Amino acid sequence: MSDPTPLSSGSKPDKARFVIALALAVLAAVIGWEAWRLAQIPSYSAVGPAAFPTLIAIGLGLLAIANAVEAMKGVEEERPHDEIRPIFWVLAGLVGQIVLLPFAGFSIATGWLFAATAKGFGRGPIWAHFLAGAAICFVIYLIFAKGLQLSLPAGPIERLI
Amino acid sequence: MDTFGALAQGLMVALQPMNLVFAFFGVMLGTAVGVLPGIGPALTVALLLPITFKLDPAGSLIMFAGIYYGGMYGGSTASILLNTPGESSSIVTALEGNKMARAGRGGPALATAAIGSFVAGTIATIGLALIAPTVVDIAISFGPEDYFALMILAFTTVSAAFGSSVTRGLTSLFIGLSLGLVGIDLQSGQARVSFGVPDLLDGVEVTTLAVALFAIGETLSVAAAGARAEEVIEPVRGSVFMNKEDWKRSWWPWIRGTFLGFPIGAMPAGGAEIPTFLSYALEKRLCKKPDEFGNGAIEGVAGPEAANNAAAAGVLVPLLTLGLPTSATAAIMLAGFQQYGMNPGPLLFATNPDLVWGLIASLFIANIMLLILNLPLVGMWVKLLAIPRPWLYGGILVFATLGTLGANPSLVELGMLLIFGLLGYVLRRYDYPIAPVVVGLILGPLAEQQLRRALAISVGDPLVLFQSPVALTLYTLAALALFGPLLFYLITGRKAPVGGDED
Repeated sequence: MSDPTPLSSGSKPDKARFVIALALAVLAAVIGWEAWRLAQIPSYSAVGPAAFPTLIAIGLGLLAIANAVEAMKGVEEERPHDEIRPIFWVLAGLVGQIVLLPFAGFSIATGWLFAATAKGFGRGPIWAHFLAGAAICFVIYLIFAKGLQLSLPAGPIERLI
Repeated sequence: MDTFGALAQGLMVALQPMNLVFAFFGVMLGTAVGVLPGIGPALTVALLLPITFKLDPAGSLIMFAGIYYGGMYGGSTASILLNTPGESSSIVTALEGNKMARAGRGGPALATAAIGSFVAGTIATIGLALIAPTVVDIAISFGPEDYFALMILAFTTVSAAFGSSVTRGLTSLFIGLSLGLVGIDLQSGQARVSFGVPDLLDGVEVTTLAVALFAIGETLSVAAAGARAEEVIEPVRGSVFMNKEDWKRSWWPWIRGTFLGFPIGAMPAGGAEIPTFLSYALEKRLCKKPDEFGNGAIEGVAGPEAANNAAAAGVLVPLLTLGLPTSATAAIMLAGFQQYGMNPGPLLFATNPDLVWGLIASLFIANIMLLILNLPLVGMWVKLLAIPRPWLYGGILVFATLGTLGANPSLVELGMLLIFGLLGYVLRRYDYPIAPVVVGLILGPLAEQQLRRALAISVGDPLVLFQSPVALTLYTLAALALFGPLLFYLITGRKAPVGGDED
């Protein structure tokens, strides 16, 4: 429903939005299939658990088509180039935190997240940020786990207290 | 009970020392996150939800409202001095405000924004107190089919008001609705869209989704922008006080902005951006020195800032009286009510009058605190802008994961945070709005509940949905919200102004 600007109406189709349209179609299929499965289960109420998912699946299907149509109209606006390296570092921080958390505890895992994010934003060295981050996170752990009784995962450092 | 009696009762609640502390903490935090780029009130309230779970409900909600109002004040500081709007509703403020700051008039720009916010916030909060009981009286007679229609209206306005096209808004909304399906269906006990993963049976946590979309998504997109997003902070030069002419030129824009902002915010029409655009356009037309617009006209700061704060108070009308959030922050405040087992709506005014009126009364107090905090202490807030970005975003991610772990200490939850964070990045990258996803997740299950209730009463006859006059009116408004921009284009040949929203 957006209007193509005169500049872009002749340009080539927007690949990224085609991918988004495809993803929506897949999501529509998953939810539609789920609705079909739920509809097989006998229900005693007038409207069972399948009704709302059916509506959503139909909506998603229509939106997949709408997005594909808009993608055909071409790229509306040139998107600035995104750098991959910083994204990689931030993601490495988040994944690393998930991996470290079960055995290294909150302070070390989250210290790594801080260091990797800072690195992604172009600030090193990574070991200094890791040490500072872990120290700050240990203080946070003390405040939140002891003071506010949140259950945060403990590791070797946290077990010292 | 008459409104003023109720409000006086509320004032007694709000003036309790503990609640004053909560309000103060809220406005401080709100101003800080409003000033800082990358975090806004929606994210902050979402992060605080797990921490406040054990605290007093009234105090926590007063704090959340303080954060909401504070974010609106702080956002203007960032737009004026940094030319990067901290909040989406401050985009227009940046236009004239930053020009004023560059011309060495940053002080008066900040002052007119702060005093205008105070004037607008106070008038609009009076409006909220006066209108709320009336809306409650009407809403009490609503049947489930009317509530369903109301939610359809909220869905369409939220999707149409945010983002660059209606298709994009609806796409975001349906992603949110799909996520709302996850978990056990409360009426039939069936697990839906959970694929046998036990962690998914409880559904998608609002906190996790909001934190991921706002904090992780934003961090990824700022990181990806790399050097392209360099910013210059304008120092505050000269006096922060406005001279006589500034006052004269600010007064009417404040009032006009308030009367644009409050009704639009209150009308389930989604967010605070549209009134700021309207106010800017109006002031530009009415200004006696139109050539100053674009070079730092004080009216262009005063009007939109007032509109933005008045709309923020307006958004609380549908939230408190109907349980209908029309912005991301309101949606998360609704989750805040729910965590204490309360559902905002007409019944809340009857069952918890102290809490509701205490909350409304605390808004007046928050406004006064914000005026005091923002004018003389503006230098302190500006220092926040000097935090190096690597540390700022590193800290944001630390608190984002802390909040998620606090709500549910499980690795699956962190994995979902990561996946939704990537979703948030993709949505931002391709210009899809974020707020409808959050609203869809929260309102989707409520809409389904009302739909099924309505159809259960009618024994499955779908025509019941279209028989009540209230519902029909609401559907008409919803259709207007969806196709309004298209009509606007067909009639005027120009694209309708839309805001790109985050909070």
